[in-house]
Amino acid sequence: MDLRRKFLIFVPYAWLLVLFLIPFGIVLKISLSDTALAIPPYTPKLDWSDGWSGIISYFSQLDFENYVFLTEDSLYYVAYLSSLKIATISTIATLIVGYPIAYAMAKSPSHLRPTLMMLVILPFWTSFLIRVYAWMGILSQEGLLNQFLLWIGLIATPLTILNTNWAVYIGIVYTYLPFMILPIYAALEKMDGSLMEAAEDLGCSAISAFWLVTVPLSKPGVIAGSFLVFIPALGEFVIPSLLGGSKTIMIGKVLWEEFFSNRDWPVASAVAVILLVLLIIPIMLFQRNERKQREMEQ
Amino acid sequence: MWRGVFVHADGATMTQQQKKTVFEPWDEPNEQPIIQFKNVTKRFGSFTAIEDLTLDIYRKEFFALLGPSGCGKTTLMRMLAGFETPTEGSILLDNKDIAAVPPNKRAVNMMFQSYALFPHLTVFENIAFGLRRSNMPKADIPGRVEEMLRLTQLMPFAKRKPHQISGGQRQRVALARSLAKAPKLLLLDEPLGALDKKLRNDTQFELMDIQEKTGTTFVIVTHDQEEAMTVASRVAVMDQGRIVQVSTPDRIYESPNSVYVADFIGDINLIKGKAYHVAGEQSEIHWAEGQAPILATSATPCPDGADVTFAIRPEKVAISAERPEDMANAVSGKILDIAYLGNISTYHVELPSGDIVKAQATNTRRVARRRFTWEDEVWLSWTDTAGLILTT
Ligand SMILES: Nc1ncnc2c1ncn2[C@@H]1O[C@H](COP(=O)(O)OP(=O)(O)OP(=O)(O)O)[C@@H](O)[C@H]1O
Ligand SMILES: [Mg+2]
Repeated sequence: MDLRRKFLIFVPYAWLLVLFLIPFGIVLKISLSDTALAIPPYTPKLDWSDGWSGIISYFSQLDFENYVFLTEDSLYYVAYLSSLKIATISTIATLIVGYPIAYAMAKSPSHLRPTLMMLVILPFWTSFLIRVYAWMGILSQEGLLNQFLLWIGLIATPLTILNTNWAVYIGIVYTYLPFMILPIYAALEKMDGSLMEAAEDLGCSAISAFWLVTVPLSKPGVIAGSFLVFIPALGEFVIPSLLGGSKTIMIGKVLWEEFFSNRDWPVASAVAVILLVLLIIPIMLFQRNERKQREMEQ
Repeated sequence: MWRGVFVHADGATMTQQQKKTVFEPWDEPNEQPIIQFKNVTKRFGSFTAIEDLTLDIYRKEFFALLGPSGCGKTTLMRMLAGFETPTEGSILLDNKDIAAVPPNKRAVNMMFQSYALFPHLTVFENIAFGLRRSNMPKADIPGRVEEMLRLTQLMPFAKRKPHQISGGQRQRVALARSLAKAPKLLLLDEPLGALDKKLRNDTQFELMDIQEKTGTTFVIVTHDQEEAMTVASRVAVMDQGRIVQVSTPDRIYESPNSVYVADFIGDINLIKGKAYHVAGEQSEIHWAEGQAPILATSATPCPDGADVTFAIRPEKVAISAERPEDMANAVSGKILDIAYLGNISTYHVELPSGDIVKAQATNTRRVARRRFTWEDEVWLSWTDTAGLILTT
């Protein structure tokens, strides 16, 4: 193997090592430590000056106490379940909103498509935080949405949307919509138009041709999009903090509070490690979907 | 289904001859065409793909569309299947205007040029797709699919997905899928292009067999003239959205109505000249300084001095070392090139005028002992009825 190829293979591994494995190792290490009033707020600390005996005594002090603690307090268990629920519902909602948009884009005249694609990713040009704040303005009691609904006479008293789970759903759907639209659009766009014609030629109505041909062929896009929404939504922190209320419990929020309010880094790290373990399953399913699709296309 | 291929390889030529004498609905004044194109024009934007086309196709015909790439063959088929609507004119199926009938309500199936197989379904499911949408009882579907699989020799691939089979196999799946519903009218857009010669021949005969059995009307697009000649009851030659000639394969070959058709179908020598009437049906064509005029016949003599093209097929030109006595036309020249095609050889002979005339002779002797070779001076000769005088 020549140097060039070695280098090309080395780059992604180095990337993985520096940006994922090392930080994860640190978090894992902290999750096995105990809290302490110190800086940083945990013990033991590795003391290199003692040589081997130092390292051995360091490892002997690590334990799974924090993980045991997570199972004892129902808060964590509830938070994980609630996160799963919110992520699942938001993913389904994003799919319901995103599919028709992707479909319309794929069916639009080809000269319009680049523009439509631009419009989908346009929100990324402004800060995510600012956009979430904007939603606070829209969803609050005196917000644009309530004013509009009052004005057209649909409601008599303002709705409470902000600081409920509804606001969280709206926020997640809004934020992650492009991640749903783009893979579905990619799948639909490369679909051969003559397939629909063939289906109709063989006796399908337009609707059954859609169900029997378009939907199955866009399935890889739907799966990819759903994971791209579900995975970050599960650990979402900003949206539930800003738009959700006190009753909105998500694991990202719990994690934040452990770190910054309680300054309990070891428990916070244990929460993060469990979250990662939970995410490994959908990530692996996602990879499998991608691989299967590549096989179909080769 | 394939069992009979070799038996009826001969049988088919026989039935074809029978067909020629019996099956000529286009000459019967009382016969009602199954398809009528009435002054159909199709435009895409400002581009005219089909121009003022009028055409009748009869029940049980095997109708072939022939023409260069982009002349509008697929467009014509798509109008029949219902994917395009004529810009002007009307198309009648069984005497009813089909403009308003959607594709899924037409008793027409199409085999797409791109095959359009469903990538997420297996070969079996692809073939069953149309049957499941029809009113065929569920229990009968597997039997029918298997029949189609056997017909197209796809049995071993029934469980595979389209991306797991070869190009030729895909083509056969597309064919099987369009045949499965036994439609009234079957449209085949280059159905056999990707098959090897033997499988193509077998499938051609099989198509003819299916057609005889089911009475389905076939419209087939092909780039392969030999295929059109083998399978078709009639051939339409198209050029830039128009039909130039519609006739039986033998008439298209023997009496093309224009230089375009003559040149498009088969190999032909074309010699430009001026025609002068001699007597009766005979005319002379003056084609080069210092050369004897060509003597030829035509049913409708053209005015003296008219610009014409004399057309003669290479196999109608005889080649000899001596000047033949009894032939109406004879010219001498030098052999420039010999194309050896196995059973026959084509000699390219350069005349003193610079024209090159092709002559074909069967190879009755082995190559090493053939009579003529490069640079030989030879005589080319033909009778006065062997060629054609074309005015357009
Ligand atoms: N949807 C369309 N929009 C614009 N032009 C088109 C469209 N479909 C076909 N054409 C044009 O119409 C002409 C005829 O096309 P068609 O597909 O019928 O050709 P064809 O005879 O089937 O050619 P080939 O033998 O290459 O398949 C071509 O010049 C093509 O570019
Ligand atoms: Mg075509």
